[in-house]
Amino acid sequence: MVATVTLTIDGIQVTVPKGTTVLEAAESVGIFIPTFCHDPELSKPGACRICVVEIPGARNLPASCVTEATEGMVVYTASDAVIEARKTNLELLLANHPDDCLTCHKNGECRLQEYAYYYGVRADAFPGEKHQYPIEDDNPFIVRDMNKCILCGKCVRMCQEIQGNNVIDFAYRGFNAIVTPAMNTTYSDTDISNCVFCGNCVSVCPVGALSEKAMLGMGRRWEMKKVTTTCPYCGVGCSFDLNVKDGKVVGVTSTDGDVNGRALCVKGRFGYGFIHHPDRLKTPLIKKDGKLVEATWDEAIALVAEKMGAVKEQYGGETIGLISSARCTNEENYLMNKLGRVVLGTNSIDHCARL
Amino acid sequence: MTNSIGEIADADFILSTGTNTTEGHPVIGIQVKKALRKGATLAVIDPRKTEVAELAKYHLRLKSGTDIALLNGLANVIIAEELWNKEFVQERTEEFEAFKATVAKYTPEYVEGITGVPAETIKEVARGYAKAKSAAILYTMGLTQHICGTHNVFAVANLTMLCGQIGKASSGVNPLRGQNNVQGACDMGALPAFFPAYQPVAAEANRAKFAAAWGVDELPAKPGLTVGEIIDQAGKAIKAIYIMGENPVLSDPDANHVVHALESLDFLVVQDIFLTETAQLADVVLPAASYAEKDGTFSNTERRVQRVRKAIEPVGQAKPDYEIICMIGTAMGYPMNYDSASEIFEEIARVTPSYAGISYERLEQGSLQWPCPTADHPGTRFLHVGKFGRGLGKFHPVEHIPPAEMPDEEYPFILSTGRRRYHYHTGTMTQRTGALEVFYPTEFLEINCVDAEKLGVCDGDMLKVSSRRGTVEVAAKITDKVVPGMVFTSFQYPDVPINKLTNPARCPISKIPEYKVCAVKVEKAG
Amino acid sequence: MANATLTINGVQVTVPAGTSLLDAATGAGFFVPTLCHDPANPGYGGCRICVVDVKGARALVASCVTEATNGMVVETESPAVQEARKTIIELLLANHPTDCLTCDKNGDCRLQDYAYRYGVRKSSFEGERHNYPIDNSNPYITRDLNKCVLCGKCVRTCAQVSDRQVIDFAYRGFNTKVAPAMDTNLAESACVSCARCVAVCPVGALTYTPLAGKGRTYELRKETVTCSFCEAGCQFDLNYKGDKVIGVTANAPGEGRPLCLKGRLGMELRYADKPLTPMLKKDDEFVAVSWAEALGLEDVLAKIKELEK
Repeated sequence: MVATVTLTIDGIQVTVPKGTTVLEAAESVGIFIPTFCHDPELSKPGACRICVVEIPGARNLPASCVTEATEGMVVYTASDAVIEARKTNLELLLANHPDDCLTCHKNGECRLQEYAYYYGVRADAFPGEKHQYPIEDDNPFIVRDMNKCILCGKCVRMCQEIQGNNVIDFAYRGFNAIVTPAMNTTYSDTDISNCVFCGNCVSVCPVGALSEKAMLGMGRRWEMKKVTTTCPYCGVGCSFDLNVKDGKVVGVTSTDGDVNGRALCVKGRFGYGFIHHPDRLKTPLIKKDGKLVEATWDEAIALVAEKMGAVKEQYGGETIGLISSARCTNEENYLMNKLGRVVLGTNSIDHCARL
Repeated sequence: MTNSIGEIADADFILSTGTNTTEGHPVIGIQVKKALRKGATLAVIDPRKTEVAELAKYHLRLKSGTDIALLNGLANVIIAEELWNKEFVQERTEEFEAFKATVAKYTPEYVEGITGVPAETIKEVARGYAKAKSAAILYTMGLTQHICGTHNVFAVANLTMLCGQIGKASSGVNPLRGQNNVQGACDMGALPAFFPAYQPVAAEANRAKFAAAWGVDELPAKPGLTVGEIIDQAGKAIKAIYIMGENPVLSDPDANHVVHALESLDFLVVQDIFLTETAQLADVVLPAASYAEKDGTFSNTERRVQRVRKAIEPVGQAKPDYEIICMIGTAMGYPMNYDSASEIFEEIARVTPSYAGISYERLEQGSLQWPCPTADHPGTRFLHVGKFGRGLGKFHPVEHIPPAEMPDEEYPFILSTGRRRYHYHTGTMTQRTGALEVFYPTEFLEINCVDAEKLGVCDGDMLKVSSRRGTVEVAAKITDKVVPGMVFTSFQYPDVPINKLTNPARCPISKIPEYKVCAVKVEKAG
Repeated sequence: MANATLTINGVQVTVPAGTSLLDAATGAGFFVPTLCHDPANPGYGGCRICVVDVKGARALVASCVTEATNGMVVETESPAVQEARKTIIELLLANHPTDCLTCDKNGDCRLQDYAYRYGVRKSSFEGERHNYPIDNSNPYITRDLNKCVLCGKCVRTCAQVSDRQVIDFAYRGFNTKVAPAMDTNLAESACVSCARCVAVCPVGALTYTPLAGKGRTYELRKETVTCSFCEAGCQFDLNYKGDKVIGVTANAPGEGRPLCLKGRLGMELRYADKPLTPMLKKDDEFVAVSWAEALGLEDVLAKIKELEK
């Protein structure tokens, strides 16, 4: 038996295993608590304090993500004091955040925006200095706009705890604190940064600080249809979401894959551009006088059937070879095996497993 | 893989041989790094100082093509120091005595002479592997692309059985497959000697079963040719070839020979998403849909069957490969009509015992690892629990043999080939992404600074690299990733068709070409 | 009927004579932005965001009020067109609160759509901005004239109903605003809360008060229903968040019909999971009333009760 504790959250009795945080306990019964720095897969710094709750008897409003649920605890997740604290928290973040929802690519998928709307917080409570960092876009994969960073540190922990490359960390202090590779260089300075452009940092950024470069300007988040599929590159079989707008693949974003979680590599996340490359073959081609010329499907299929039939007739099916593909689906390889053995009469079917 | 990817992070000891994991399989590299953070010991066998080798406690930097000697050496130590798993060997294996006799001469000192790996390191790694609570061996083409590729794998299998490091979580033999569905292509019978699920075509019962399933009287009995043999025989015993989604002109060894062979065919059909170097030689080119444009399934390296989902309509007039195959079959008088990929999968499940319990409906709930024989079977995370497929695990004693082509006075360097993080296979896709090729635009040849100095070349100088089969030009990258006397590059750039140089000598069992070792000379170009 | 054949972005297009360039271009699948154009009320030509390049023309022309003629050669996204549109957007943004953070129209705002499309991150024109008080005197409609782009669609749709014509442009130049007579607030005006104006507003100037803060536009799913209160056949949208209808909004009046508050309230009562409290204007004040009173069913209900006794 796992030891359990029973507590009361917003009047609801909740029983959870000992060691569960107040945040997890609340979420388990469908109570909403906002979070910025918390991520179930990463370590818990308890830094952003947006998840504060009121626990009568506590010295102050504790962060629910790092407060353990205890027996008999009474928790209020949306008391006046809690909401006041969250609003102030948001106002402080917005005080140094560009007013850029108008064109920001994360509009619609931004926690800062979501919570500002939820709590009715507008941007102008604390006017003051704002950072004017240059935007880092000197690589073809990731754009970093540190003006939008809220210093939640999820990118730092993702890089350390999941990707294991330790590319970035916090540097400087106070208002000047910033997330950066060593020596305050850029990602693309790979000799120093050790960045491999997996983009796993981008996948956890709750705001518009980190973005997929090729997705900028390609559509708003709410216009994208997400289709979960399997990566076409190596044999690991990572899952991800193809982002589709107007019948075109305009990006790849993380999903929660059985193999990979949210982690991907540079090829999986950023290597989709070939799908709509102008070089794509769009019609069948038939060689005439040494040149490949466009043909209809009917012509092409009829020619294949005729020529293959003739070779089979004249020399026997075993003189036909089939090279199937480790990049095609199971269904297609199965049909190739069937076509070869049944229709063409050959067992000479193979693929590039050895190459 | 006998284990699952997620188990790697829990291994106490990881022996990684011939795999540049963090570049070739970055997301598995994540698991290796996770294991290291949890305190695992990593030993890497590789002539190159790869990123993963730098993370390792032990980097066994062997001379190219001496894997068997090294693996036998590890076994020798384990036997000599009585570290082997006597219970496992007794209960679950056979032919141990023969194996013991074979490895007897591979003492650490003898192996040091062959491999260049210090005897003391061999001893430490052997002890670490044998004593670990769980020990996973990872390997890729660095182990297999040798004329003794199959024997190399035997040597790995021998080692796992000797220590009983198989048939349990985080312990086993784990080939990391290089392509999204190379596992599935094998499972589905895209092999010359097997129907789906490795049912031999030579067995009459199997032929009868499939003939019945496919509604024909008989099926050809004689196992066919492998891909290398099909191309070797082009214009001879092979008159026509139908290629789907492959680019042998860039991927196969001795490219000049491949082009010549394909040109001598009566008829060549190539089905692809791009007009590849191979498609340009075809009589008919059929435009295929990309993975984003069709439904289907891929089976990954840990036997996990996962859905591919159609996100967009095929571009232009392209069609999914399965539709094209059906059109050809139907045009040749054998109607192949399926309403959907799901219907094809239902047929697969009927004739493929290891996939019998899998359906699109179940895959909507999550992926499944085969064997999954029934609709209520949860799938199989790791293989060989309690019993091997064949019953007792058989030791296959193997002896070291040198590579087919060793350096000599005229061709003094060993050329080895592999992959880069930013590119994939022959680059057909990754050279056209608008991102990857921008960041990593040109290929180079890794060469040690000692050799570079002798040749008088600097970083970026163009080099002429020649073997007995061909010549390419490529820029130099001076690095200590390779040892003096060795050069390395990838086969992923059409501009650097390195397979013009590679040696088509093959492993006699698996027919895999020896990409990892051939003799070349390197000169300053121009 | 005669046709006109013209070339748009290099594509030959044939349309019936009298077709606007805007309709010809969008009909051929080309995108043209519009702010003031209302298909139900066309031919205004005020905002100029729909300008296109017509070969030989003196200037860029507003495609919504330019007739397609034979032989015309039109570019809808030439550099000059893009430049003009960007400038228009910048001028509009120069006097627009950048309030997408919490604006209820975020995600369904033409000014935002076009700013994103043409990459106008902020205005390069710094200057005075209006600071009008928000008019929430009407319990159904919130007017934030700081966000108004003066497209006039609200004015024109209101004017289509002859006995309404509640709002019009008032003042001049920078001070131009849309206002009821005497520049009163909406509650004091003759407004009957039909919300024709809200249905056509391209930005966040006119929004539904009961839906404020209830969800972002992209979280809502709209389902159109036809009102069953009279034979006019006006259309309303049920606004779903998850599987709950959180409110009913006006979509379009029936052909030549006025659209009315009673119909919308009726749909609200019928479909909304938690219908709002109906408010009616009595003695120039909005007061909460019963549903029977709001829908004018008091007499009928009394009679039913009587009969059922």
